Amino acid sequence: MTTTIEVTKADRVRAAATRIRHHALTMGEVQGQGYIGQALGVADVLAAFYAKGDGELRLRPEDPEWDGRDRFLLSIGHYAIALYAALAEAGTIPLAEIDTYGSDDSRLPMSGMASYTPGMEISGGSLGHGLGVACGMGLGLRHRGNPARVFNLLSDGELDEGSTWEAAMACAHHGLTNVTAIVDVNGLQADGPTPGVLKTEPVTEKWRAFGWHAVRVDGNDVDALLVGLDEIRDHTTGPSVLICDTRTGRGVPFLETREKAHFMPVAEHEWSAAHDALDGVQR
Amino acid sequence: MSAPVKKRLTTSAMIASFADPGQRTASAPFGHALNRLAEQRPEIVGLSADLAKYTDMHVFRDANPDRFFQMGMAEQAMLGAAAGLAEVGLVPFASTYSVFATRRAYDFLCLDIAEPGLNVNVVGALPGLTTGYGPSHQATEDLAILRACPNLTIVDPCDSVDIEQAVPQLADHAGPTYLRLLRGKVPTVLDEYDYRFELGKAALVRPGKDVLFVSTGLMTMRTLQAAARLEADHVDAAVLHVPTIKPLDTQTIVRELRTDRLVITAENHTVVGGLSEAVAATAAYAGIATRIQPAALPDEFLAAGALPTLHDRYGLSTDALCARVKAAL
Repeated sequence: MTTTIEVTKADRVRAAATRIRHHALTMGEVQGQGYIGQALGVADVLAAFYAKGDGELRLRPEDPEWDGRDRFLLSIGHYAIALYAALAEAGTIPLAEIDTYGSDDSRLPMSGMASYTPGMEISGGSLGHGLGVACGMGLGLRHRGNPARVFNLLSDGELDEGSTWEAAMACAHHGLTNVTAIVDVNGLQADGPTPGVLKTEPVTEKWRAFGWHAVRVDGNDVDALLVGLDEIRDHTTGPSVLICDTRTGRGVPFLETREKAHFMPVAEHEWSAAHDALDGVQR
Repeated sequence: MSAPVKKRLTTSAMIASFADPGQRTASAPFGHALNRLAEQRPEIVGLSADLAKYTDMHVFRDANPDRFFQMGMAEQAMLGAAAGLAEVGLVPFASTYSVFATRRAYDFLCLDIAEPGLNVNVVGALPGLTTGYGPSHQATEDLAILRACPNLTIVDPCDSVDIEQAVPQLADHAGPTYLRLLRGKVPTVLDEYDYRFELGKAALVRPGKDVLFVSTGLMTMRTLQAAARLEADHVDAAVLHVPTIKPLDTQTIVRELRTDRLVITAENHTVVGGLSEAVAATAAYAGIATRIQPAALPDEFLAAGALPTLHDRYGLSTDALCARVKAAL
């Protein structure tokens, strides 16, 4: 008797998330530093969008300028390391290229820049910009009858920026069903934990008050992420937001428990241990 | 005993117009030019931040309601959205007051629009001293802020002729632009001269042997008036109109500066970082040692009041220009 184990979409997305984490660690090791904590935390979210064959985005990896593509905006430019890992997973950039991360003349600079990297839609870095651009893209695509969708990944820290809320009002006012915001709530900002920097909660209620269809999920639970994306796809009367509670360093236990820092320190000898930890190897 | 006669006060009109009494004007030349362009180019769209009515954008909005996007009183979102519209193949004109486009939303103009080199046309009304509302509305330093922004083309039109001819050229230009908008009843001046607006070019509108005015924006109207008046005093004044502030037509400016004429720059902008400093730097870099006298706004926050009073006080009136020439000659 043989037993067949069904491999579900969620399983495949989880496997993609693990690959994205490995890619991010590889890039982190090149620089000896980086926003690795954030990259590990947001990997499941990015896998849900970029997993080859299963991601939410309509893309042609070989043609990143295809007019019919869904636009995924990285408003948090310092998460570039995570998006490069996802673009490598999707096949938009060659896997061999990630070793150049942050080096001179690389197409993969430390902060995301549209003119450098295929698949990078905007230049992030100055926070609070993505949602306004997403609003214009949503207006323009709808105006042109282009069914492509626009996704803007922002952080809970970006909820401090007034421009985020200007754009939130505009998207709701114009009824932009084709715009989805994804908020990575990792509770961590440059100066420390979010509640001590500037209170952002209640996040879900804020978006709802601004006229958005809000769905909040555990951003490290792939099943929950996929259900949330299904719900948003079915919503047809205005913009949606997927609020994702994530844990920095997720997937590497010794980094998950490390003191939370915006710029997580990782010692030279820890990179290979981190790869092993992802694969469940005990040392 | 009769009641004391109450002195009639000079007032600051809410809708500022700097047209002289009886001067020929065109109504909302920007809005009408944009409409004419939109008839030929379906990708032209408009945005405003709750100031369509006060930037002549309402003319476009009323004729093209499906191509106009109201962004509310939110200049950062407006410029970000304009970038997004350009990213998906449209050609936006986004209007607000200059103070808000530059001071308030500069990061968005710089990073969302100029850095990617998008064809977004930012239209700023009330440039320099064209309102008596005081520093909150007087964009006296917009050129100083924006000249330092890479990729950006900056146009300061003189009159309705400049605006009408500039609008299609701004849309044709592949990169981002900033237009210092003159709105409402805008004087019509340059059609009396052998002149056409050409993006990136300065033009000698009037020749003259004794004085060279190098002027931009509405100050070219004033330098032309001053030159005509100075004729009576047997002073022959030339006017070099520089409607494109960036990129600056240094070749033409250098050619005209190689002279022993009195050189006076004239701009509706602070003396810091605008035309006068650009012309002075151009001269210095070319090794020309001509003395250049700036007619510009002082490095101050300006007063509120009626425009004619303020233009006289701060040296932008035709009288002030004539007095300046006579004192210098």
